[in-house]
Amino acid sequence: MTTPLAHYLILAALLFGVGLAGALARRNAILVLLGLELMLNAANLNFIAFWRFSSHPGELTGLMFVLFSIAIGAAEAAIGLALVIAIHRHRRTAQVDRFDSLKG
Amino acid sequence: MLNEIAFLLCATLTLAGAVAAMTLRNLVHCALCAAGAFAGLAAIYLQLDAEFAGFAQLLVYVGAVAILIVFTILLTRGAEIQPAASPSWRMGVTVGALVTACLIGSIAASPGLHGSPPQTVQAPVKRIGEQLMNQYVMPLEAIGLLLTAALLGAVIIALREPPKPEPPAP
Repeated sequence: MTTPLAHYLILAALLFGVGLAGALARRNAILVLLGLELMLNAANLNFIAFWRFSSHPGELTGLMFVLFSIAIGAAEAAIGLALVIAIHRHRRTAQVDRFDSLKG
Repeated sequence: MLNEIAFLLCATLTLAGAVAAMTLRNLVHCALCAAGAFAGLAAIYLQLDAEFAGFAQLLVYVGAVAILIVFTILLTRGAEIQPAASPSWRMGVTVGALVTACLIGSIAASPGLHGSPPQTVQAPVKRIGEQLMNQYVMPLEAIGLLLTAALLGAVIIALREPPKPEPPAP
């Protein structure tokens, strides 16, 4: 185990940036959700890395947080994709810039 | 040294998968690349001695979320070639690059991030289970409730609405 903590943090920062840029730049709602999942995963990587490098890794705090975070990410993906399917049924599109009315 | 090479391989897989997932035109290719990125992250978790989180990541993200995304792509006929990006894609990429630059700058400026980790880490599944049943039992119950609500909500949202009955003639 020689990789320093900074490398994991930089990887997580790059992953977060890619997810953020994708979520802002893509038009398809599915890809926006995918970008959100990438950002969530970057945060999870930070939790695991800080847990492994902490002075009390026996406490398992970061690990537990990541387990709960993975569960929440799965629930978010399920709800988000169900919303995409429901909107596609009404509007016949999955492009976020065409979801421009609340009713209908 | 070997550890560094393994980290570099996993990091390259993760980042390449993420970039490809956010830039490719065909949505099915995007979903497959995202699954690769999630698998690379799981490998990094394993490298960090977090076996349980790594396998949970594999099961949930590579197994479930990727399949769910592929199903949604097929149900919304998104497999056709997409327009590349929204007209304001430059703004999105600029914001992403700025945030990344800020994060990397503050990581580089932080002291004490270059030390070695503690040599031994005990995170067997038995201890995780004990902690889940003692210290984290309330969050566990809340997560169970949340997952049930999400399951019901997803089914209700995606359910086909029944045709509206004709309004009675006055």
